[in-house]
Amino acid sequence: MLEAADITVTFGRHRVLDRAAITVRPGEVVGLAGPSGCGKSTLTRVLALLLRPSGGRVVLDGQPVHRWRHRAPRRTAIGLVFQQPRLAVDPRFTLIEVIAEPLRANRRPLARAHELAEELGLTPELHSRRPHEVSDGQLQRACVARALALEPRYLICDEMTTMLDASTQAHLVARIEAYRARTGAGVLAVSHDLELLERWSGGNVRELAHRYPA
Amino acid sequence: MKLRVDGLSVRFRLPGAVVQAVTDARFELREGRCLALVGESGCGKSVMAHALLGLLPANATVTGHAWLDSLDLITAGERTLAREVRGRRIGLVPQSPAAHLTPVRTARAQLAEALRELDRPETPDELARRAGLRPGDLDRYPHQLSGGMAQRVANALALAGDPPLILADEPTTGLDRPLVEATMAELRRLCDEGRAVLLITHDLRAAERVADDVAVMYASRVVEIAEARTFFTAPRHPYAAGLLDALPTRGFTPIPGRPPELTRLPAGCAFQPRCSRATALCDEQPVLNGVACHHA
Repeated sequence: MLEAADITVTFGRHRVLDRAAITVRPGEVVGLAGPSGCGKSTLTRVLALLLRPSGGRVVLDGQPVHRWRHRAPRRTAIGLVFQQPRLAVDPRFTLIEVIAEPLRANRRPLARAHELAEELGLTPELHSRRPHEVSDGQLQRACVARALALEPRYLICDEMTTMLDASTQAHLVARIEAYRARTGAGVLAVSHDLELLERWSGGNVRELAHRYPA
Repeated sequence: MKLRVDGLSVRFRLPGAVVQAVTDARFELREGRCLALVGESGCGKSVMAHALLGLLPANATVTGHAWLDSLDLITAGERTLAREVRGRRIGLVPQSPAAHLTPVRTARAQLAEALRELDRPETPDELARRAGLRPGDLDRYPHQLSGGMAQRVANALALAGDPPLILADEPTTGLDRPLVEATMAELRRLCDEGRAVLLITHDLRAAERVADDVAVMYASRVVEIAEARTFFTAPRHPYAAGLLDALPTRGFTPIPGRPPELTRLPAGCAFQPRCSRATALCDEQPVLNGVACHHA
């Protein structure tokens, strides 16, 4: 179980999150909704162990988290897909290098990257392209493959499909659902699109109230 | 005002390849109407918008015509486009307004510059009021504007020259639902004032909210044009039907397969490899007559 409780985050004078809480159980999809600027992405970064909150606690599979970012020993248990794939990849990497990066960093067999690319619908001629040579949809497919590379027990998708067409959106969600069914991972889907979250999570949606003045 | 796109094609030369970005596009748009051009990313929608404004890079070859009343936008020179068309006869509502604005100048300075260049008598405050901004908002720099305010500043810039045709290129990317709704309501209002709006978007629900007519693009070609009401209840092209069925409120089922590379389009119908209705007939390119499909 991935739990966050009483999470408070302040940036300077602004309190972005005030005692926010959310829980993701293995095997379930939780939708997290809320308007722009309500702190959804900030809460996502806390849950992905990328941001130490000013207050509150995160508990990962029963173990309280004390260290964050690169010091967090179990950060690879949590995968993250960002809203804007172009800002989330090294522009010098080819798509296959993007997918292989976490495998390389953790000394896992790199051949897995090709299987992941295939599962996400990236044809071989796309593997050697760099981000500027592919569409947003193709790049986001690579980012989902990268997030799944280390078989995370929890996957967080922060506005993963906002800029994608309906068919690509349905395809990516279907790939993540197949991964969830195979591994029993928990999924946190963050979006301002309630219709998407209702459908994906089967109605298991939490709303984050507005805090930060837009 | 009438825009008549007639056989418009755009090719990009790359080392060792030619990208077929737009192929033989034909449609009409009149004042008071909103035409939504929908399709997935990379299908050629935005290239079409840039071709109409003469903003394509040097490696692009454009053929065909795009008549804005009696002026052909494709053969018109840069001088004509710069002095008579951009901002005056066609206003562009850009993708991601916050990135479109100059970060080191206030909204007021940018509106004032646009009005001056377009020889308009209005003041920035009057223009801002028309776009739903308070004059005080204009003293802010782009990073101090919320997403909605940045959108309204971009709209005000597009309207500065009072153009009869508005080109909105993915105006809702990255906006949340309330802002999408507000942006669509604003585009609708521009139509109701008698302007023509060409809305380029991948967001079918945004298109449904505002469009009178819908044109669907797939792999560089317009494959269906229909009245919006008919389109959203009974799409005729198998690709259009698949796109609608992928919506979370409908089937949430992706279209099988993937779109072809624009450098290697198959002969005949480009949707054929993904289509459940494909037959030997589909090796021949279907002609667009409302819908470009041998089986529709």
